[in-house]
Amino acid sequence: MDDWTILGYLVAAVLFIVGLKRLSRPRTAVRGNQLSATGMLIAVVVTLTDNAILSFEWIIAGLVLGAAVGAVLAVKVRMTAMPELVALFNGFGGGASVLVAAASYLEAVDLQDDPARMTGAAALAVLIGAVTLTGSLIAFIKLREMLRWTGFAGMRVITIGATVVTAVLTVLMIVDSSSQWLWLLVAVAALLGVVAVLPIGGADMPVVIALLNSLSGLAAVAAGFVLDNSLLIIAGSLVGASGLILTQIMCVAMNRSLPAVLFNPAPSAGDGPSADDVYAGKVRSTSADDVAMLLESAERVAIVPGYGLAVAQAQHAVRDLARRLEERGSDVVFGIHPVAGRMPGHMNVLLAEAEISYERLVEMDNINPTFEQTDVTIVIGANDVVNPVARTDPNSPIAGMPILDVDKSGVVVVIKRSLSPGFAGIPNPLFASDNSLMLFGDGRQAVVDITKALQEI
Amino acid sequence: MDLLVALTLLMLAVFLGIELITKVPPTLHTPLMSGSNAISGITIVGALVAAGADHSTFATILGFAAVTLAMINVVGGFMVTHRMLGMFRRSKTSKTGDL
Repeated sequence: MDDWTILGYLVAAVLFIVGLKRLSRPRTAVRGNQLSATGMLIAVVVTLTDNAILSFEWIIAGLVLGAAVGAVLAVKVRMTAMPELVALFNGFGGGASVLVAAASYLEAVDLQDDPARMTGAAALAVLIGAVTLTGSLIAFIKLREMLRWTGFAGMRVITIGATVVTAVLTVLMIVDSSSQWLWLLVAVAALLGVVAVLPIGGADMPVVIALLNSLSGLAAVAAGFVLDNSLLIIAGSLVGASGLILTQIMCVAMNRSLPAVLFNPAPSAGDGPSADDVYAGKVRSTSADDVAMLLESAERVAIVPGYGLAVAQAQHAVRDLARRLEERGSDVVFGIHPVAGRMPGHMNVLLAEAEISYERLVEMDNINPTFEQTDVTIVIGANDVVNPVARTDPNSPIAGMPILDVDKSGVVVVIKRSLSPGFAGIPNPLFASDNSLMLFGDGRQAVVDITKALQEI
Repeated sequence: MDLLVALTLLMLAVFLGIELITKVPPTLHTPLMSGSNAISGITIVGALVAAGADHSTFATILGFAAVTLAMINVVGGFMVTHRMLGMFRRSKTSKTGDL
């Protein structure tokens, strides 16, 4: 690498850092993303002009093909499918790291210039990269709901076995420089990614996506050690750190530790009260007209969306309802739980797509103290994140999970198809409480009906 | 690059990343993920060298595949982040209401 290349990499690294910094505020975020993209462009251009590159046919073919596929995916994806897309991109990033490390290592073995440090880094890069690749592909398939199978009982043995084998293969690679160990390592790591992610599902998905995000960065770091490239190390570390923080935030929001998510995927429902005990005779159902009457006199209305809102494609209907309420003089806010949706911040994107201003999307810690002054709270497609059992029953599987305290508002209207439980598999006493009304039906249709009823008042 | 220098770089960048990301509000977590995801496509730099080094046909093919995968990651990641961020807007005080 000549000095100009290294200088170009420095500029790119600075642009990534400034770009990420600007991503922390909605007003500067667009610019921040453009700065990061500029950094990437500079990195690619200085690499292409470096004299290490001798032929360009394959490079141009790869660049054109990759850009075309990436652009089509980015333009076509629906906002509800963002988690799948991010998982897929994560996987591709991990896959690229595997290939880069493998190509570099094979060349070094051919030239008999493969010091232990380089081999160790190559082993780490293919290990992390391959786990990221297959783990992300499994996450993608699960998020698309093409697969519900969570594996068989003894699968944890395979996970542990595969982990041990990867460690052994890494040592073998360093001791005996031969390419067969590399390919074996790739194969076992790929298997590890599959068996590690397969059992995880439902509410734990945001944690997995954030963790895979982090791993794709760490794979780039390891590839950076293979190639002795400072830019890969810096950029990969930034991404690795970012993914780890998001993983941590998601775990806290669910009151689950990372090992629990990875190794104990299905929290048992325990022997809490049965659905019959909780609901019998106490659930009151209501109609769109009655909800409209309630809303008519409400000064402050909170709307709490869950993933059910996205499934019902109710974002635009909710926006229309909120606008109607605003016109009638009510104050409307949206309360967003950190794990609402399938990835960190997913609900915010879905509501932003429906042209709801981000200033109205209130974080859990900020909206919770205001529920007591809220006249009507409308819960749409959310369950566990508004279950007061988390506060009251220390033996519940969700005990201690931070929740939205909607039960403290004047009236709670819950729009839901049925009384079926959420991911945690436990009944929700909120639905049976004195200040709750259930509006059964499809989320979108129910909201449309309420809006129509409000117009007719 | 000296191994210790590389490790120093790694540690400093991790701490810098933690400082930067902790300040990102939950509203922007999804664009943050897709944006940082695009940055992790930086492996493209290594992929370009692998594809263009003319070492062996096999290495070139691995490099080509790496360039393609990394490029999907980079272009797709930055574009979809841009598209998402364009949806975030402040309330407009227009006649159509305050949302």
